[in-house]
Amino acid sequence: MKELIRASWVIGRRDFVAVIFSKAFFFFLLGPIFPLAIGVAAGSIGGQVSRDIDRPQFAVLLPDDQGHHVMRARGDLARFLGARGVPDLVLVARDGQPLADQIDSLLNARTQSKNFVAVLSGTLDKPVLTGPQSQIDRWQGRLKLVLEKARAQNRPVPVPLETQVVASSSGTTEQSRLVTAQLGQAVLVLLTMLLAGMVLSNLVEEKTNKIIEILAAAVPIDAIFMGKLLAMLAMAIIGISVWGLLGIGVFALAGGNTPILPPPATGWLVFIALGIAYFAMAYLLLGSLFLGIGAMATTVREVQTLSMPATMGQIIVFFLAAYAVTRLGEPVEIFAAVFPFSSPFAMLARAAQLPDIWPHLLAIGWQFFWTLIIIRVGARIFRRNVLKSGRAGSKNRLSVWKRMFVRS
Amino acid sequence: MTSNAIEARGLVKIFGKQRAVDGIDLTIKRGSIFGILGPNGAGKTTMLRMLLGIIDPDEGTRTLLGSDTPLSVAHQIGYLPEERGLYPSMKAFEAIAFMGALRGLPIAEGRKRALQMLGEHGLGAVAEKQVRMLSKGMAQTVQLLGTLVHEPQLIVLDEPFSGLDALNQAKLERLIRAQADHGVTVIFSTHVIAHAERLCEDIAIVAGGKIPFHGGVSAARDRLRPQVRLETRRLDGPWRAALPAGTQAQGHFWNFTLPESGVEPLLIALVEGDAGIESLSIERPGLHDAFVAIAGDEAARQLREEKEELAA
Repeated sequence: MKELIRASWVIGRRDFVAVIFSKAFFFFLLGPIFPLAIGVAAGSIGGQVSRDIDRPQFAVLLPDDQGHHVMRARGDLARFLGARGVPDLVLVARDGQPLADQIDSLLNARTQSKNFVAVLSGTLDKPVLTGPQSQIDRWQGRLKLVLEKARAQNRPVPVPLETQVVASSSGTTEQSRLVTAQLGQAVLVLLTMLLAGMVLSNLVEEKTNKIIEILAAAVPIDAIFMGKLLAMLAMAIIGISVWGLLGIGVFALAGGNTPILPPPATGWLVFIALGIAYFAMAYLLLGSLFLGIGAMATTVREVQTLSMPATMGQIIVFFLAAYAVTRLGEPVEIFAAVFPFSSPFAMLARAAQLPDIWPHLLAIGWQFFWTLIIIRVGARIFRRNVLKSGRAGSKNRLSVWKRMFVRS
Repeated sequence: MTSNAIEARGLVKIFGKQRAVDGIDLTIKRGSIFGILGPNGAGKTTMLRMLLGIIDPDEGTRTLLGSDTPLSVAHQIGYLPEERGLYPSMKAFEAIAFMGALRGLPIAEGRKRALQMLGEHGLGAVAEKQVRMLSKGMAQTVQLLGTLVHEPQLIVLDEPFSGLDALNQAKLERLIRAQADHGVTVIFSTHVIAHAERLCEDIAIVAGGKIPFHGGVSAARDRLRPQVRLETRRLDGPWRAALPAGTQAQGHFWNFTLPESGVEPLLIALVEGDAGIESLSIERPGLHDAFVAIAGDEAARQLREEKEELAA
């Protein structure tokens, strides 16, 4: 075991140094910044467009004093419900045309400042809303509220409602922790998908440059696999740290407010620590599988061909974990927590929703155990198929499996 | 501590339907220079890979430096594979230190030794250069130094002379001798007989996955009868009856294998028959002749067996 750790360290250090001090690593760090920048730009443009579209205006074509009552009522309601909670109203004076003609011209006139989707006419006692069916269906409720408020202008002030605040209710706590669970899971999946796939091509260099023979003669194949995995994990953690710090820096410079996520059941500190541990486990589990698969490939082209089914596999695992997140304690959620490849994602979601710590210690041990199993099987298959070390003609399945785990 | 560096019994390796190594026995003494000779595809590399534990044998046992798990004594072994390989982006001295680290040498000590060794071999100026910037010969030397940096007790070199020019071949021969002088066991495979003849005390001839000969170089040469080259003035006469069967004639020259009865009865017959002897030389066969005869016989036997199998 000591020799295995020593040899893994030698292999891992070589790989880590080779990656970190390469030009490619700089582009690796830059990689996610481009889509993020494009995403932010597209988001802000989309948001602006959405805001423009979502702020329809209504022409108020009521007798003068009633029109003012409506405008005042809208202002009062906006204070309670927010500006976006009530429709935008524009008071329009009668222009001498017949009413139907004026409504028609208001609905069809499109200017930069005015873009009426419907016209409110008639009187407060008998209001008429003219516009497309979709706009009427969407806004009539809120317009009725404004009209009711306007009609009640001269009535006494409504009874004040006394409020008593509690920290939370079980419904809101569960609901809000679910948000944290889903978000945490999504981030974990995204990072694993982005980074674990890189392991696929990790042995191609050794095979292309004929170095594998030197390594295989000097150290166990398990140590080669383990060293490479740990080097890539360290590189991934550096990448995540850089992106995280960069994100926080940009956010702080832009003067943004910290978005408040509902606190997870385990508390933020434990949740973040578990997030790091589960990322490492997810990376090692998927990475060991990908390394084993990629080790069979002899060329970069073969690795590229393999990357598609590998990505699809990750997506299936994500769907399983995402489906299970709202079914806490149900068989599907327990299966997702136990199945090694979905376990880190399902367990992180659990950490957001349930306060117990011991299941996580158990899960991390379980996931690490499976990592070792996958590495060992991958190394044996590599010895058998790539180094041509397999024994010919063995029909005894038991002896084949025994050889998987017993060193020669 | 066993007196043998390597002991192998009944090693077999089968790839598909081909028996690449077919039941070989091998014993190599500690501190010797041992040559494994064989034509391409004879099974030399497969045998070495099995001995080193890179691949497992299908049958048989082997011990390296007294251990039957080769990886457990990897720190005492240096191996130069037939297909040379280095990380192209590594600096020359780092590549050597890395190969030492794989075999248990602390990296700092490896770097120190690497710089010293590169200097001793005239490569001090390229120590800081990346491997991809080196010539093929330089890269090969770097890899060889990487094989030696951890001061192994057993060095296994697979076709070490291939790809080297005459100057570097001579350098490598000197290096192998120097290692053996320090008590290190050196095993190398080659299909160039001259290197083995100059360097080795013992050899194994590999052909068709078997070892038809295993022993001293001298014993291999003794496998063949000495060759006689006779020059006569006359071309014909009753003396010709004294020449052994299979004699080849080239004008006034006659080449034949020395008969079991020795040279004396032949000489008497030639003199009495008035052959007019101009010259007579007896040559002991070289290792090359012995190799061709032994490996050729084995190859012919294998071919015959394959034909018989097909017919069956």
